[in-house]
Amino acid sequence: MISVARFDQAKRPTYVASLELVPEVLAGSRLAIARMISRAEGNYAEASAALAEIYKHTGKAHIIGITGVPGAGKSTLVASLIKALTLEGHKVGVVAVDPSSPFSGGAILGDRVRMNDAAEANQAFVRSMATRGHLGGLAPSTLQAVDVLDAAGYSPIIIETVGVGQDEVEIVTAAHTVVVLSAPGLGDDIQAIKAGILEIADIHVVSKADKPEAAATVAAIKGMLALGSGTSHSTWSSPVLAVSSVSGEHMESLQTTLRNHWKHLQDSGEFAARERNNCRTRIFNMARHLFQQQFDAGANDLEQHLQAVVRRESDPRTAANVLLGWNQER
Amino acid sequence: MSTNKIRVLVAKLGLDGHDRGAKVVSRILRDAGMEVIYTGLYKTPTQVVNAAIQEDVDVIGVSLLSGSHVPLFRELCKCLRDHKAEHIFVVAGGVIPEQDYEPLRECGVDVIIPQEARADLIVTTITELVEARGRI
Amino acid sequence: MKLFSDAAIADLRKQQTQWEQNELAAALKGRAEERTDYQTECGIPLKRVYTAADVADIPADELGFPGAYPFVRGVYPTMYRGRPWTIRQVAGFGNPEATNRRYKYMIETGQTGLSTDFDLPTLLGFDSDDPMAFGEVGRVGVAIDTIEDIERLFDGIDLEKISVSLTINPSAWVIYAMFISVAEQRGCDLTRLAGTLQADPLKEYVAQKEWIYPVRQAVRLLRDMIVYSTRVTPKINPISLSGYHLSDVGGNAIQEIAFIMAFTIAYCEEVIAAGMDIDDFAPRLSFFFISHQDFFEQICKFRAARRVYAKVMSERFKAKKPESMRLRVHVQTAAMSLTKVEYHNNLMRTAIQALGAVLGGCQSMHTNGLDEAFAIPTEEAMKLAIRTQQIIRDEINVTSVVDPLGGSYFVERLTWDMEQEIWKVLDEVDQLGGAVKLVEEGWFQQKLADSAYAIFKKIDSGEKISVGVNRYVDENARALDAEIHPYDEQCTQLQIDRLNAVRAKRDTALVQRLLKELKEQARSSDVNLLPKTIELAKARATLGEICGALREVWGAYEEPMIV
Repeated sequence: MISVARFDQAKRPTYVASLELVPEVLAGSRLAIARMISRAEGNYAEASAALAEIYKHTGKAHIIGITGVPGAGKSTLVASLIKALTLEGHKVGVVAVDPSSPFSGGAILGDRVRMNDAAEANQAFVRSMATRGHLGGLAPSTLQAVDVLDAAGYSPIIIETVGVGQDEVEIVTAAHTVVVLSAPGLGDDIQAIKAGILEIADIHVVSKADKPEAAATVAAIKGMLALGSGTSHSTWSSPVLAVSSVSGEHMESLQTTLRNHWKHLQDSGEFAARERNNCRTRIFNMARHLFQQQFDAGANDLEQHLQAVVRRESDPRTAANVLLGWNQER
Repeated sequence: MSTNKIRVLVAKLGLDGHDRGAKVVSRILRDAGMEVIYTGLYKTPTQVVNAAIQEDVDVIGVSLLSGSHVPLFRELCKCLRDHKAEHIFVVAGGVIPEQDYEPLRECGVDVIIPQEARADLIVTTITELVEARGRI
Repeated sequence: MKLFSDAAIADLRKQQTQWEQNELAAALKGRAEERTDYQTECGIPLKRVYTAADVADIPADELGFPGAYPFVRGVYPTMYRGRPWTIRQVAGFGNPEATNRRYKYMIETGQTGLSTDFDLPTLLGFDSDDPMAFGEVGRVGVAIDTIEDIERLFDGIDLEKISVSLTINPSAWVIYAMFISVAEQRGCDLTRLAGTLQADPLKEYVAQKEWIYPVRQAVRLLRDMIVYSTRVTPKINPISLSGYHLSDVGGNAIQEIAFIMAFTIAYCEEVIAAGMDIDDFAPRLSFFFISHQDFFEQICKFRAARRVYAKVMSERFKAKKPESMRLRVHVQTAAMSLTKVEYHNNLMRTAIQALGAVLGGCQSMHTNGLDEAFAIPTEEAMKLAIRTQQIIRDEINVTSVVDPLGGSYFVERLTWDMEQEIWKVLDEVDQLGGAVKLVEEGWFQQKLADSAYAIFKKIDSGEKISVGVNRYVDENARALDAEIHPYDEQCTQLQIDRLNAVRAKRDTALVQRLLKELKEQARSSDVNLLPKTIELAKARATLGEICGALREVWGAYEEPMIV
């Protein structure tokens, strides 16, 4: 008979109210930061006042979005950036988003495989988050996690996203600086599909610069940018950098460019516009999220209404109204 | 409404390269709806505890087949206490002879799951642990 | 050439149809078969019965004769009549003298070759006093820090008489340097040293997961060792391409052989690019496969592997010497088939797997101890394991006929089918850019992780039976432990004391100068690093210092995130 050996170790703390955690978050307690992020992620009603309080202390961090197709080397780039930025004395926050399994709702997250250096661990805070079924771009809690890190004094904060296409456009509305990563040797067809996200970049990075094909990829991206529609409202022209995370080559030029872009946003006045844009999107995003939540709350009765609609005893709009808890007139 | 998921850090400690079990368990837990963070190989207790805190996991699962489980778990549990992170459960798996169960209990290990355990035993054990503690 | 005439086959098919309509149909009517679907572990469908019609399309020269191309029937004309396989039980634990004592016990018990397991710090290039070695010194193998430990390990053992296998990988070139330095100091004729280094780097990245450097640098170190060993120690096999570990992480029989052949191709290309002729080094390539549970599949696997290898060497690399085309294999029974529950059953499992290896034509073998599911084997467990091989060799008369299953319709068909599956994988690897690139990208790793999960699910659902675990479970059976091999708690301190003593008495300035020179050499890929490493070993540089020097130049390997 196979059984587990379970020892009852007495040592478990009880629940601490979220508002009580806020001062600890602001003081930089990593346990408190981590727990607050979980509560945002888990959508604890009890935490919303605390998160509102935390929001007041945000707005200081430089938020950098990093995206690119799977295999482009995002995790490696992020690991190299953590190393470089912590060496410069920054407290670096990272929120890495990965998809949840549509079947089980579970997920295998993040890529901590490369986060090795214990010295970095004290200067960096890396958090993996699952999309948890959230459709279309970033989950609201991703940005709440960024808020928590921002309030706790982390800057820059890097958001690393899944890298699967159009959803990535939402990064633009969350980050101050968007880095799009491309790996050398991608076929023409892939480049074309990627065109949608190529245009959102403030900085293009070509990874694996040690590979011979890297120069061609740099040239290809420059070529595509030259053909661009010119809809950009910015005076910033997106540079294309080749970096090697293996050799650390050109990491400094990426750091300099990140700094330059941050300065450009401030000097040009684009920062205020971006912030405004970001906040607008966050409101919409949150509204959509709350709406979904309200619908889910009534979803127990879905089957009953569904049958009624199929039998033509009800209609889709009426059913939706009822499921949302709205009255008929709306 | 709280929708929190059980989060588990699946870790490899020390120099043991056997990662088959750790990877299989990661998939089992994902397929049971949990969120899993896998550390990769050759991690020190400090690295594992750092990751566990930042990821706010409920459980650290460590699979060891190198025979060095007692010193490594002792170090891991001490490190958790040093960081005031004792709310995180420590689950041991891999090749662990029964004579080492008592020393591991003394270190602070919460559960030992034998190598032959089936998926549902692994999942229920972890679920029960976390549910008994409640959310924090 | 065909073995059977078309007319005979046509006639046979007619008879089979009649049989199916009469006897078989009646039997099935009376009682259905237990399953609807029969297949081997790796998924090759199995027929109810095989006849000459099933092998009619296999050309006769695909069989050949033992000791002749394509070697499917065995690598030597007389096989076990001429020389029985070598009983080579691996051992290693604690300090070198503890392992040395075990060796002497095993030689007394009738073992005919030595084999060394190293502890994890040694494998990964750390000294016993390195913080990364915490808790691991002497645990799963013997601890080696300097050349003096190698002297202790082989104390009183005649290295010209007994062949020595060294299960060492990323730091293999250092251990090799220490080993031949010790032999040289003892006045041995280096050309008479016989033995094998495992030193198969690509399988480390995909399976055994003990690595130091990035992939290409590890392959370069192997190249240096093959080139050097071919010249200086011509009877040492500088590599043992190890499919065993691929199976250990979940690979099936096809993957085991196909991936290892892909690695073989990559290594040969690397050594040839360094200017060697295939026939200069291929005769010293050796292999290490598992003998797993699916009895006939495993036998056919060994046979198919030999034929694939012979063709790769002859057709792809244009080898001329027959010795370049024969795949010599060391076999170990399947540790992962062993259970803690009712652990005595492991004796039976191991005996059957060992018989499969013999019928498959192995050259040497390790049989697992029945307590392997708990810890490293005790002396008593090792004795039983050796006895198992002796019973097969001396009591049951399976060694008198070469390739006794050759010509069996079933065995020849399955051998052929497996070979075709192996070629398919090799074609895919070629198309995707070769083994080294695919290792870097995690292609093999993903395939093996998927296979491991599929196997787990089969066990979990009860589809794959494990007696005592998910079938015939004795609810009252307690998982009583076997007697466990004790760990020597003093082991670490002794190693550290010795390290300090060596560092105190050696010429450290010389060591530093040599380390600097080694680093310089490592920056160029054209230099062979062995001569400098041998100088370092003799100057009593530690394993950790030598491996660390190259870590500074090459960096460490970073695994791709594959779960």
